[in-house]
Amino acid sequence: MAKLHVTTTINGEPTEFLCDPSESLLDVLRDTLGLTGSKEGCGTGDCGACSITLDGRLTCSCLVLAPEVEGHEIGTIEGMAKGDELHPLQQKFLEMAALQCGICTPGMLIAARSLLERNPDPSETEVRFWLAGNLCRCTGYDKIVRAVLETAAEMRSAA
Amino acid sequence: MNAIDNKWIGKRTIRPDGADKVTGRAGYSADHTMPGMIWGKVLRSPHPHAVIRGIDTAKAEALPGVKAVVTAKDIVDFPLDKSVMLGIQDMRWMCRNVMAREKALFHGHPVAAVAAISEEVAEAACKLIEVDYEVLPHVIEIEDAIKPDAPILHDFVRHEGKPSNIATTMVNKLGDVEAGFAQADLIVERSFTTRPVHQGYIEPHACTVSHAPDGRVTIWSSSQGQFMVRAMTSLLTGIPQSNIRAIPAEIGGGFGAKTIIYLEPVAVLLAKKSGRPVKMVMSRDEVFRATGPTSGSMSTVKIGVKNDGTIVAAQGTFYLQAGGLPGSPLRGPVGCSFSPYHIENVLSVGYDVVSNRSKVAAYRAPGAPLGAYATECVIDEIAEKLGMDKLELRLKNTARPGGKTVYGATFGAITFRETVEAIKHHPHYTAPLDKNPRKGVVRGRGVASGFWFNAGGESSAQLNITEDGNVNVTTGHPDVGGSRASIANVTAELLGIDHSRISVLIGDTSSIGFSNLTGGSRVTFASAMVVTQSAEKVIGQLKERAAKIWKIDPEAVIWDNGEARPAGPNAGQFPPLTLKELAAKANEMGGPIGAGVQLNTTGADPGFATHCVDVEVDVDLGIVRVLRYTAAQDVGRALHPDYVEGQIQGGVVQGIGWALSEEYLYNAKGQLDNASFLDYRMPVCSDVPFIEPIMLEIPNPKHPQGVRGVGEAPIVPPLAAIANAIHDALGKRFFSLPMSPPKVLAVIDAG
Repeated sequence: MAKLHVTTTINGEPTEFLCDPSESLLDVLRDTLGLTGSKEGCGTGDCGACSITLDGRLTCSCLVLAPEVEGHEIGTIEGMAKGDELHPLQQKFLEMAALQCGICTPGMLIAARSLLERNPDPSETEVRFWLAGNLCRCTGYDKIVRAVLETAAEMRSAA
Repeated sequence: MNAIDNKWIGKRTIRPDGADKVTGRAGYSADHTMPGMIWGKVLRSPHPHAVIRGIDTAKAEALPGVKAVVTAKDIVDFPLDKSVMLGIQDMRWMCRNVMAREKALFHGHPVAAVAAISEEVAEAACKLIEVDYEVLPHVIEIEDAIKPDAPILHDFVRHEGKPSNIATTMVNKLGDVEAGFAQADLIVERSFTTRPVHQGYIEPHACTVSHAPDGRVTIWSSSQGQFMVRAMTSLLTGIPQSNIRAIPAEIGGGFGAKTIIYLEPVAVLLAKKSGRPVKMVMSRDEVFRATGPTSGSMSTVKIGVKNDGTIVAAQGTFYLQAGGLPGSPLRGPVGCSFSPYHIENVLSVGYDVVSNRSKVAAYRAPGAPLGAYATECVIDEIAEKLGMDKLELRLKNTARPGGKTVYGATFGAITFRETVEAIKHHPHYTAPLDKNPRKGVVRGRGVASGFWFNAGGESSAQLNITEDGNVNVTTGHPDVGGSRASIANVTAELLGIDHSRISVLIGDTSSIGFSNLTGGSRVTFASAMVVTQSAEKVIGQLKERAAKIWKIDPEAVIWDNGEARPAGPNAGQFPPLTLKELAAKANEMGGPIGAGVQLNTTGADPGFATHCVDVEVDVDLGIVRVLRYTAAQDVGRALHPDYVEGQIQGGVVQGIGWALSEEYLYNAKGQLDNASFLDYRMPVCSDVPFIEPIMLEIPNPKHPQGVRGVGEAPIVPPLAAIANAIHDALGKRFFSLPMSPPKVLAVIDAG
């Protein structure tokens, strides 16, 4: 089957790619565009390791067909830091050791940023339920939840 | 080591690999590609048990885009009559696990593999491979596999002289257990079952492999040991180790399961046949069906005590599921279950039972949690029957220095008692618990303890001073949870320089000396030891260089706070020489500065843990929620406290999953019914509370920094702690894991 031509925006940059109609956005990001920061943990939308934003909305990129992103805006982990300046969540994850193996970390960060954009003052319970779609097997979630709460507090006081 | 003296050890520094991991730069197994790369896929058995009479690959090979096909005949055969061991792995089973040989032994067992220009073509080609199966009756559960008329998996397995599915028996004995029970005033004997649980790492197995025309092989894959990848690939392909370079990718979780391989030798053979680099990535479905899990179990534990609580005898019988090929972690339950306690008379027996499931792989303290589950539930019941506080009963019986264990070791300085005391005096244990907070829920509190052997073993390090006076440290152990951060702290401390001047790397098999697996809670213990010795050698060189420059005796030079100084006024008056200054003069003063150490490390004393948990049971829905969790452990010395806490917190939450929700569900056809993260229910963020770690830092006298292994002991107590807490809440004992809502409701409804 002929490939489809797709025009989209990824991390603010205009991007074009060719894909099979049945290809997932995650496969295009990783295999075609070399954006391997989004991870495939399951391919069925259960682990959140491939989390991206699609027009600002938190989405599993494994559940999006690549042709569907025509004309839409995608945000991936590669676009989270501004040059050498880490996003406050990235910095806090480092300072509070909110990662061990790190495979879930890109998805966790994208999901957490999405939470704080909507709710700058989440409770522990709200953090836990928002991140319930992002599996982590290493940390027991403890330091992740603490890092998100701490970042939220710092971002509020800086605002 | 006194914490006050340390500038870097014990500090919560930012990990060397951190920035790469929060920005998506870190390269994991599936992130590598090569020019001209093609894709490999595995054809798997649709039957749980079948003789493979023949495989016809002609149609697959004829499909356009297919570059190579591999079957068991391409893999080196290890005949059944002769064991060839690599560490604890028997290559007879590994060669048959990587590719089914005489028989398919479980649903999902690899039978062939294809490399093609795309994943789609490779998958299509797999469907064209014709396998002639003679389907055999299958057996899944232990209780069925040990029945006299059970389908037998392997003709060569004999138990008590007869064909059997019991592949091996392990017996550990201490004293006279019958005489011990004869002294008992109270004996409690209970039987328990646990289900196989998967390690659940988020990164599926993957590799990219190059086989160049000169026969040199490069493997990019994540594992818990690049040297294991090299050795197993060599054994299974016949390619000498010197021709294989295994490069460790960042590892996205392993928990024991990545101490063996599945894809690498297959990919190497596909690459060799096709002349193209090959990439293989498992789907999550494949990970669940064909890798791991750890054994399910059937156990009976019998403990006898005097009225004053003294344990006089203990007996454990542990049947473990091996999967289709032998290899259950018998040593875990047999050796660990009773080892927290001083018991004169112990008989501990384990049976390795094969059945038509995927072959088990190591999982964090392999086998110990399921043994502790049985033992610690019986201890809890004994305390209840004696009317003793549960921790007091443990304190009365704690193992002691000089005490003999059932597995043969004699304890040195051990610190189990301290973990029990830590929980006993913690505000969690002493806080009142409202057992009936509102209608429809009841609450309970449970405690349990656990033991893990810990390990030392082979480790290598190389410490080089760069020309500009900074430091590169390389070790040979994949970093699963922050070991590089600990090594950076140790190096900064010893050399007396700023942490930011140190780069810590994991070497590949061609760039660093042999280093054993990341497993057994050994890496920080072993690598800190070889890095310390390397740093001491480098400091010796630096002192010699300074002595040469000053024209004094090297003995008259000290290394202090990143500088060489004369040892005292008698040595002479010279301004200090910094690391940077000495590095700048390196070549004129004798050449590059650096040293490596390769060692078989010893002195890894065992780890003990005691946990306390509060749970809430919804009596209408059967849902158990963990409300509060406190875990005490002797960690020796926390080189980087964040990552020590992280090991404890992560281990506990894996234990919570094992206790409450995780299990493999097989249907009548012998197929796994829940091979996805949706249906295999690991704890998610909203399932668990904060986990409070209590790190007891009682230095291990056999380690330069006092390190004790940490990673595995935390998963040992949670199963029993939670079962005991549910008993405290409901007044009912559970003898089967997971304590999932249907099971809890069944017990409540039974009244």
